Amino acid sequence: MGRTVLLIEDEPNIIEAISFLLERDGWTVRLHSDGVDAVSAVYRIKPDVVVLDVMLPGRSGFEILKELRQDMALQDLPILMLTARGQTKDRELAESYGVSAFMTKPFSNTEMLDTVRALAERAGA
Amino acid sequence: MTGPSRRVGTPLFLERGVYRRRRLIDAAKLLPFLAMALFLIPAWLSSGNDGAPGQTSAHLIYFFAAWLLLIAVALWLSHALHRSEGADTSEEDTPPVGPAE
Amino acid sequence: MVTFNFLVLTALAYVALLFVVAFWADARASRGGARWLRSPLTYTLSLSVYCTAWTFYGAVGNAARSGLEYLTIYLGPTLVFLGWWWILRKLVRIGRARRITSIADLISSRYGKSSALAVLVTLLALAGTTPYIALQLQSVTLSFAVFANASADAGVARWDQSDLQTTAFWVASGLALFTILFGTRNLDTNERHHGVVTAIALEAVVKLVALLAVGVFVVWGVSGGIGDTLQIIAASPVAEWQPQPSRWIGMTFLSAAAIICLPRMFQVMVVEYSDERHLSAASWAFPLYLLAMSLFVLPIAVVGLAVLPDGANPDLFVLTLPLELDQEGLAVLAFLGGFSSATSMVIVAAIALSTMISNHIVVPLWLSSRPKGATVSGDLRQVVITSRRLAIIGILGLGYIYFRVTGGSNALSAIGLVSFAGVAQVLPALLGALFWRGATRAGAMAGLCAGFALWSITLALPAVGLFGPDTLQDGLFGTSLLRPQALFGVSSLDPLVHSILWSISVNTVLFLLVSLMTFPSPMERLQGVSFVNAFDGTDAQRGWVSGTVESEDLLVMTQRLLGARQAQALFQHEAARQGKPDGLPDPTPAFVELLERELAGSVGAATAHAMIGQINGDAVISVDDLLAVADESAQMLEHSSQLEAKSEELQQTARQLRLANEKLTALSVQKDAFLSQVSHELRTPMTSIRSFSEFMMEDGMTPAERTRYSTIIHDESLRLTRLLDDLLDLSVLESGQGQLNEAWTNLRDLIDRAVASAGADGKLILKRDRSAEDLSLFTDPDRLVQVFINVITNAGKYCTAASPELAITARVSGTMIEIDFVDNGAGIPAAQQALIFEKFARLSDQAAAGSAGLGLAICREVMARLGGEITYLADQQGAGFRIQVPQRLGSVEKLRA
Repeated sequence: MGRTVLLIEDEPNIIEAISFLLERDGWTVRLHSDGVDAVSAVYRIKPDVVVLDVMLPGRSGFEILKELRQDMALQDLPILMLTARGQTKDRELAESYGVSAFMTKPFSNTEMLDTVRALAERAGA
Repeated sequence: MTGPSRRVGTPLFLERGVYRRRRLIDAAKLLPFLAMALFLIPAWLSSGNDGAPGQTSAHLIYFFAAWLLLIAVALWLSHALHRSEGADTSEEDTPPVGPAE
Repeated sequence: MVTFNFLVLTALAYVALLFVVAFWADARASRGGARWLRSPLTYTLSLSVYCTAWTFYGAVGNAARSGLEYLTIYLGPTLVFLGWWWILRKLVRIGRARRITSIADLISSRYGKSSALAVLVTLLALAGTTPYIALQLQSVTLSFAVFANASADAGVARWDQSDLQTTAFWVASGLALFTILFGTRNLDTNERHHGVVTAIALEAVVKLVALLAVGVFVVWGVSGGIGDTLQIIAASPVAEWQPQPSRWIGMTFLSAAAIICLPRMFQVMVVEYSDERHLSAASWAFPLYLLAMSLFVLPIAVVGLAVLPDGANPDLFVLTLPLELDQEGLAVLAFLGGFSSATSMVIVAAIALSTMISNHIVVPLWLSSRPKGATVSGDLRQVVITSRRLAIIGILGLGYIYFRVTGGSNALSAIGLVSFAGVAQVLPALLGALFWRGATRAGAMAGLCAGFALWSITLALPAVGLFGPDTLQDGLFGTSLLRPQALFGVSSLDPLVHSILWSISVNTVLFLLVSLMTFPSPMERLQGVSFVNAFDGTDAQRGWVSGTVESEDLLVMTQRLLGARQAQALFQHEAARQGKPDGLPDPTPAFVELLERELAGSVGAATAHAMIGQINGDAVISVDDLLAVADESAQMLEHSSQLEAKSEELQQTARQLRLANEKLTALSVQKDAFLSQVSHELRTPMTSIRSFSEFMMEDGMTPAERTRYSTIIHDESLRLTRLLDDLLDLSVLESGQGQLNEAWTNLRDLIDRAVASAGADGKLILKRDRSAEDLSLFTDPDRLVQVFINVITNAGKYCTAASPELAITARVSGTMIEIDFVDNGAGIPAAQQALIFEKFARLSDQAAAGSAGLGLAICREVMARLGGEITYLADQQGAGFRIQVPQRLGSVEKLRA
């Protein structure tokens, strides 16, 4: 089962952790670290789930989220958003843009894995 | 110790060059008075109060001679002042002042 | 026989030559060449505008009538020049230092920049000069007539009055054209006219040569030598010399006063003057010129009396004598000499008067008609030039009309001395201006008015025939005490001496008395001190202390006055001097004063001061000045200046508020972001630590994986520690706590330590001058090294160059040491430079993960503790930081305490 995750994140150590976690579970992890032109990356990679960090160099994760959701074909794409700022208004903003799931760093590995699986299944159902 | 009331930089005696320039300036200042005397006094002497009018030709020669003399002095002064330039750094004409108490 | 047409052609050719010379000299001067244009010789020759046609022709006439009396006209100026150290030297120094443009400007400047005085002096000068110009026109036309009538025998009709008038008209037109061409070509701040001065110098030579040639011919060609000439004198009607001492002294005094006060003399003596040494040379050379001019006057007169038929006009002996003796070439030369004398006087007088009229009457009126003041007015430069051109036409027109009205009558021949007596009225105010600090505006005004009035009544009006014989006989209003030429019964004097005595003495006495009784305004007192003490090194002039002037406003105004090119050159020069080659200069008090002097050269001191005052918004001084510009417009201008000052103040406040608001907003956004920043910076490493530690808790990790993950955990916990350290460090520094460990140390060692710790040696090429760094200082070495490390690390992280370099230069500046760190990267965008020292101000490039953006904030706090500062060098190629640290910590703090 070739399920793919698109990871949009810039911290190398976090990338390594998430990749290790998901690949062990049988996911293909594709990386898009700067978030530029995320829409075409999604079209190219056709991920089952997108994991998106809020603080990226030069761009905000919120902008990318908005951009993805504006594309009619990507309305239902599962997007998991990660933030290290831990403010409730971040969550509210993300939800208003139509995020699928929202997690605050630091997260537990199990929580992350469960969320990604659940998102993929919900979409597949 | 130099007291605060003592003026620094006003020497009691000026050096020779400065002294000479000061005297040249004095001469330049006196020159017009000499000229006035030479030019104006003959007008009284010949005014005929004593009934003896002056000779025009003689006075003509006198005036031009006096005139030339004055010009020569002015020429010399002008050159001497020019040469002594820089001897006196202060353009002020005030006489030298001794150390004030 | 010289035909009349030949003469006209000669005159035209001569004028053409003058044009060529003037053009050439202007061109040379504008290229900066021709040093001799500004030589003592040219200066002395240009002074010869004193010798007009009245002296060229009239001196001989005077000698034929009164013997030696003509000498007084030359002896007076000789006295003044021999005594140059007294008056001329000071006059010239002041005129030059303050860029005085005319005698009216000088008087007005000294008496508190009073425009009423300027106007009065201008009118006086105009009244004194117009008849004199008419006299020149008459001389030229009469000399033409001599030739025309000489050729009348060949069947040409003799000239009548209308021919004379036509000639005068064309001469006046030609002179107006020449003056406008060379006198108003450009609005130079120095008011120098190289073309005109050179042409005048040439004319000076021509008239001297002409008179000498006629004289030599008369003495050696006609009389047969000096001895014979003296005998002819002895046999002539003027053989005996029996002067009236009062007239002799009076005329000498008058001509001495005139050479100081005549507007045209002021023009060549002070305004066109360019080198301090010229005056000293002129002190003997100009008297010599005068001597040469007067040498042959008496011989020509007595020989003329002897040779020419009775009834011949002695005023034209210089011309008629050679003609009578068939020396036509000589006669033409003499004609050119007279022509030169007349034209040079008219040209210079017209320039001087037009400057006065435009600066003191037209421009102030024009300015006052503009409700919003100088900064929004149109092209003032054009106004000035146009008004000068019109003034020149007007002055020559007046001269021509005067000639038409009184033409041909003998009334003109007396005008020379009348004119002298008129301008001499300025003398008391002028000498007071130079030598007496107590002289006041009111005193000058009273003296001038009284002198002007008395001169008009006792001399000018009778001379032009305005008073009938009954008035002269019975006195004004039939009051015998007011007989114009015998005021209060003083009837034993020559009319000229009578007038001088009354006008000058009443003028002087009123000037002194009113000055003693009135109290000068502050501006007058300041100007008085700086005029009287012109040779003191320090300038006690009022300064432009308040720095509210905007350079842009000044530039806009200066451009309008001087033209864009000259104004920009001036500003660039000053900017370069202030060390900011690309921008506008700061309006420092010194620069504003310089500017005022430059502008004073164009529009006069009072106007310039008022205009700058208006821009300056300096209410105290500008109100005073605005009053001075034009009394009738004072209210309006004052109002406008206050409005301007207020709006300027408001603008400034608004600008400051806006700036403060921007900064506050930025700070508040940053404060808001601070918590989430801290959160982010703490949670990011925490995420890795948590995730990898969870992996490690699982079973089945390979040893290689374990090693790697534990390393990551270790690194991330170090990062956390560093962040916490930084935060603590910063809070300690910001609260001003924490101990400094001061010690004597060497800057080079500190930089060495910093370079080693920063570990930047590998990829960053350091450019250092180790010998310059060998400076000892007393500071907290560890803290300073901390700052250095931070700056060097930053360069290593952010420098974008392919092969990054960092130049470190150290120097001592006063009690401080300055260390510059400049890299060769792209630098920091201007918008972000203001923020880099704020907390968490890490710039968008996040390649340098691992630093929380606190480094420079800490550096700033550390430097403040060390008594120095760290600044960003905005003008460098790459990113540059300047660290300033006191050589001895504590010394600065003590000073600050």
